[in-house]
Amino acid sequence: MAVKRRAGAVLALVTTGVLLVAGCGGGGDEEPAENELYKNPVTLTWWHNASQDGPGKTYWEKVAKDFSALHPTVTIKAEGIETNQLQRTRLPAALLSSDPPDIFQSWGGGEIREQVEADYLKDITDQVKDEVANIGSAAEIWQAGGKQYGLPYRMGIEGIWYNKDMFARAGIAAPPTTFDELNDAVTKLKAINVIPIAVGAGDKWPAAHWWYNFALRACSVDTLKKASTDLSFDDQCFVKAGQDLKSFIDTKPFQPNFIATPGQNDPTSANGLLANGKAAMELMGDWNRGTLDTVATDKAALGKFLGWFPVPAIAGSAGDPKAALGGGDGFACAKNAPAECVEFLKYLVSPEVQKGYAETGTGLPVTKGADAGISDPALKSILTATSSATYLQLWLDTAFGSTVGNAMNDAIVAIFAGNGTPEQVVSAMKAAAKK
Amino acid sequence: MTSTNPTLTPAGGRKAPPAGRPAARRSSTRAAETRRKWYEIIGLTTPAIVVYVMFVLVPMGFAVYYSLYRWRGVGPPTDFVGFDNYVLAFQDPIFLDALRNNAIIVVGSLVIQGPIALGIALLLNRRFRGRTVFRLLVFVPYVLAEVTVGIMWKLLLTGGGTFDALLRSLGLGGLVQAWLADLHVVIWTLLVILTWKYVGFAIILLLAGLSNVPQELNEAAAIDGASWWQTQRHVTLPLLGPTIRIWMFLSIIGSLQVFDVIWVTSVPAVRSLGASATMATYMVDNGFFARLWGYGNAVAVILFVISFVAALLFQRFLLRRDIEGAITGKVK
Repeated sequence: MAVKRRAGAVLALVTTGVLLVAGCGGGGDEEPAENELYKNPVTLTWWHNASQDGPGKTYWEKVAKDFSALHPTVTIKAEGIETNQLQRTRLPAALLSSDPPDIFQSWGGGEIREQVEADYLKDITDQVKDEVANIGSAAEIWQAGGKQYGLPYRMGIEGIWYNKDMFARAGIAAPPTTFDELNDAVTKLKAINVIPIAVGAGDKWPAAHWWYNFALRACSVDTLKKASTDLSFDDQCFVKAGQDLKSFIDTKPFQPNFIATPGQNDPTSANGLLANGKAAMELMGDWNRGTLDTVATDKAALGKFLGWFPVPAIAGSAGDPKAALGGGDGFACAKNAPAECVEFLKYLVSPEVQKGYAETGTGLPVTKGADAGISDPALKSILTATSSATYLQLWLDTAFGSTVGNAMNDAIVAIFAGNGTPEQVVSAMKAAAKK
Repeated sequence: MTSTNPTLTPAGGRKAPPAGRPAARRSSTRAAETRRKWYEIIGLTTPAIVVYVMFVLVPMGFAVYYSLYRWRGVGPPTDFVGFDNYVLAFQDPIFLDALRNNAIIVVGSLVIQGPIALGIALLLNRRFRGRTVFRLLVFVPYVLAEVTVGIMWKLLLTGGGTFDALLRSLGLGGLVQAWLADLHVVIWTLLVILTWKYVGFAIILLLAGLSNVPQELNEAAAIDGASWWQTQRHVTLPLLGPTIRIWMFLSIIGSLQVFDVIWVTSVPAVRSLGASATMATYMVDNGFFARLWGYGNAVAVILFVISFVAALLFQRFLLRRDIEGAITGKVK
């Protein structure tokens, strides 16, 4: 008996020890073999944000399989993780460890600058010159210090998605091009008893994007560029953005109880209100075509009534009226990822893969020549507007980084809730920049 | 010292030890037994201690360490700021809102759940038809996963949803509120949901306590002419004291650390305005979403210290009586 018990105890100790070693070890066995591309078998771990079943996820699975078929030495282990979880917890924790994924979702802007400072990412400047030339200025979002660290596969500007039938019923002849016209449209839509504009303020960022657009109209391009790099927000235009937003909210263009309304993914969301014919407009990015579909009860009807127009200009403002807010999704390779990672990244933005991506309707491609895959009229108008925009400002919360971005969004939401001021947004941003 | 009782020697077919050196044999047996006892102690506790150290003490140490840095989770922490993060937390009005909300939940849970649970437990302790079914129903909310409960209530309480429709059909349309969005209403809505969720736990605890109350005492009281109410008040309730205090203790600690139901049910915008934030949701919002990892750790440490102090005070002033057996002494 005694012997048995002792053996049990020893076994428990050994097991614990093994677990400890296993937990602390791992990684370190992947040494990059730069010059021997496709010679040794490699496994690439790929973390993307197409976590929900649908055309996006299916397409990435196909792309991974196709690449392995082209290069049999490469096995790709793809994992779709919900965006927030991926960006806020999984990826930062994995990057701190010695065994991060090889290729992963990258949103560019302030975040990629921080990741480069921490030496997490592979410098791919020399390998992707052709791709960058093809993509154009959008690729700059994935640069830091003049070097390229990632590539986008989706890029688009935001604008107002609207219900053409409702506009016709309300007697609005053409989509508004100035805010005065937008205010007129709101009045006319109220007269036919529909919600003029749906906003998912519950999720914060959909509300914050209204402020971003007022800032884009109030601030000069130089001021915005300087704000992104220095995190300095002294220019009065940032206060002006809040004042303009406040007077816009005062015209009551949004649905009642908007502070509780989620942005997307649910029939009660702002997306649901537009997709199911309850609201006439919604400010949202290019991915909205796909997300509207998922909450629509009648997809065919949605396809017929859905239209898109750029965010209206404000007469006499300092900003560039042809500037637009936008953003995209990209991928980056970890510093110690095998050389095949960069090849896969290049494959992802190649015209044929991009064309197939465009056909999924989940977003706009970035590579020239892939636009042929777009058939939806609303997406086509975004593509035209994107190429005619004189300046593309990255979403401000991404451009300024999570800390300032989060504080800014919270303070903007306070204006929506009626207990914040335009000045408080700026002071919250300044305080967060120091945190 | 002749050979002692031979029946005491270990069985198992071993030959009885030769007589002549009994003292030496006995001391070596004792030493072996002591040794074995220690092996057992070490063998049985080591896994638990290793797990406790690895997953409780080490992370706590790291939390304290990280909380002294201005750190955004990118690269190792290098920017030492001392106690700045703690000062910042207590200067942030949203954190103070979270503290206030936690206080509301702590007090509200005790004041609302206590009487309800006691009443239902006393009722369920009597014999009546369908008692088992009723007991089961009362306990269902507690068994449901927090996320399920959160989503369920969110759907019921959504603007123009089931709950509002119910109120209107009862002619109480005037009472309809933005239950989860009105900054002054939301914390009370959440308190009701938490009460619904956790009152079953209090009832089960109290029922277990009631089953330990000897039937003889009730009978004796009845013979002395006490009514049912008098028996409950003067016999049952005092004997339930230890159970009630343990429930209070668990309720207070749970209320201080409450996260899941609040996180799922409350709207991010409302939470960030402080109206429905608790210390735990504030920690996640700031630690992960604003990517202030050092600051988030500081909030975690504050939450830990508050819970720890509350636990110590409670044990010192209320639970000590139970540990010393004061109640049982009185009953005897």
